[in-house]
Amino acid sequence: MNLLAIIGEALRALRLNRLRTGLTMLGMIIGVAAVVLMLSIGQGAQTTVNQAIASMGSNLFIVLPGATSSGAMRQSSGSAQTLTLGDAQAVASLPSIKAVAPIITGTAQLNFGANNWSTVVTGVTPDYFKVRNWSTEDGEVFSDTDFRSAARVVVLGQVIAKNLFGDEDPTGKTIRIKKSPFLVTGVLAAKGQSLDGRDQDDSVFIPLTTGQRQIFGSQFPGTIRFMMVQGKSAEIMEEAESEINQLLRQRHRLAEGMDSDFTVRNMAALAAVATGAAKVMSLMLGAIASVSLLVGGIGIMNIMLVSVTERTREIGIRMAIGANRRAILTQFLLEALVICILGGLAGVALGIGGAWAVSQAADMVVVITLGMVGLAFLFASAVGIFFGFYPARKAAALRPVEALRYE
Amino acid sequence: MASVQPDSTAESLIRVENLCKTYSLDNGINGTVNSQVLYDVSLNINRGEFVAIMGHSGSGKSTLMNLLGCLDTPSSGHYWLAGRDVAALPENELARVRNHTIGFVFQGFNLLKRMTALDNVATPLLYAGVGRAESRRRALELLRQTGLGNFAAYQPNQLSGGQQQRVAISRALVNNPQLILADEPTGNLDTQTSGEIMAVFERLNREQGITIVLVTHENDVAAYAHRLVRLKDGRVVHDGGVTA
Repeated sequence: MNLLAIIGEALRALRLNRLRTGLTMLGMIIGVAAVVLMLSIGQGAQTTVNQAIASMGSNLFIVLPGATSSGAMRQSSGSAQTLTLGDAQAVASLPSIKAVAPIITGTAQLNFGANNWSTVVTGVTPDYFKVRNWSTEDGEVFSDTDFRSAARVVVLGQVIAKNLFGDEDPTGKTIRIKKSPFLVTGVLAAKGQSLDGRDQDDSVFIPLTTGQRQIFGSQFPGTIRFMMVQGKSAEIMEEAESEINQLLRQRHRLAEGMDSDFTVRNMAALAAVATGAAKVMSLMLGAIASVSLLVGGIGIMNIMLVSVTERTREIGIRMAIGANRRAILTQFLLEALVICILGGLAGVALGIGGAWAVSQAADMVVVITLGMVGLAFLFASAVGIFFGFYPARKAAALRPVEALRYE
Repeated sequence: MASVQPDSTAESLIRVENLCKTYSLDNGINGTVNSQVLYDVSLNINRGEFVAIMGHSGSGKSTLMNLLGCLDTPSSGHYWLAGRDVAALPENELARVRNHTIGFVFQGFNLLKRMTALDNVATPLLYAGVGRAESRRRALELLRQTGLGNFAAYQPNQLSGGQQQRVAISRALVNNPQLILADEPTGNLDTQTSGEIMAVFERLNREQGITIVLVTHENDVAAYAHRLVRLKDGRVVHDGGVTA
């Protein structure tokens, strides 16, 4: 008995029932396609989240003013203006802290020639770019000297550079922010969306001092909107958090038992939550898709059982002319397996096509990995063997004399 | 156990001793009912013999045929086929015996549907592990010998009853069996075609010395045989001349 010949017999049997084979295969195709599609969407979501987290910078705290209670009123964090540049400098001197980036923000109208664009203007220190791990694509970020002298210099995000300059090189040119001229020192590399969905490239950066004194005027009289604080390493984040809390409470002269007038947010924890959520979504999508694969598998078992009953006499004849149980088992198992493998191949193709269509239609990131395709394929084959085995064993267990007598 | 050793002269092909077959049926009303179909059947058939087994329906002739063909196993008794005790072989070994030693011809032809005559004839060789090219060559050769050389690519439903039975005979012969078991081979054929088919069996027996055991209830079919075994109610009631 040779396997190749039995594969031939299995293929012949499947060809004889093209419609039935096709419909059974369709169950498998849809199942596998759903798994590939859902895994790729889930993986895409995870990738998006991971990119957003990586773009934020590592080991970050965000320190916001507010979260105060004044009397019975509780204000949201960021609503008060209690953090100062001095606070930022003090935090920077803590041993567990690598760098601090105090930040003020506002919106303003930008002009270059005939083009104008309204966007977020962010006042920062040069350290900001290190904390965010954000380098320039062209030119340089402004210097400490610029910061100290409150120079009118600006670093552009990608979106701004495109909108104001088109194909021109912005570095060295002068744009106007709220009608004041600013020298463009450089253009930042693209950063993409932040976790909250803002386009981080739709922004410009000026020295914090310049912002305080010339652009936002009275809005930030010596105070800052918030600060980003980078810990020295992931291991000492908790320690750093309590040090920041302690230091700021001391500086703000808060007595024991009084609420803090600032909030320290550990972005790593936030990132972990976001990653976890994306993972859960990925798993859930995969689980839902697996159900359709399971249904496809049951379809295969159903058809194979019908097929065994229908072909009882054929099985009897084959046994009478010398097929042993293993040959019969192998043939029926192979029939199920062929349906699964061909269905799996078509399903993978359909799944990849579907993922591409989704990425085009919904502007979503989808990620297809070889491992994912392999997994779906393996899963499909396993389903075939699992659901094909019972009918195949049933066929093989028939007694020749009874199978021959079957009408 | 096997206290009686087989008479292993080269002549004996089939030797059964005290063969019994009891079917257990659960009829769902009064539990399991045992019904004995064969009682102590003993029989010796030598190589080259042409034997007809006759009997009324219910006489046990089909059951005996199934036992002789290793399609079923006896409840008790011994069966030596070509000197080998096959009564208690496992199913996989029985499949091998059916494949190598026995060729079957059935009343209803039992060809595989939607498969060409050539593939039908070649199928036993698939299970014997013979290569595809060699299988097809041998199958075609046999179809030629039975006069169906031009019908190799036809499917069973495109052939007449007589032609289908010739395909079945070719299939029975393809693995060079020592024994052909024919169960009412002419039951579905008209008289003239029956005669043609019986002539084929007779020629195989005469020219190639193949042992043929034939089950029939028609006297003129049994007349082609050289020996008649008559069964009645599961017992052998006659073993000898055809004219009895």
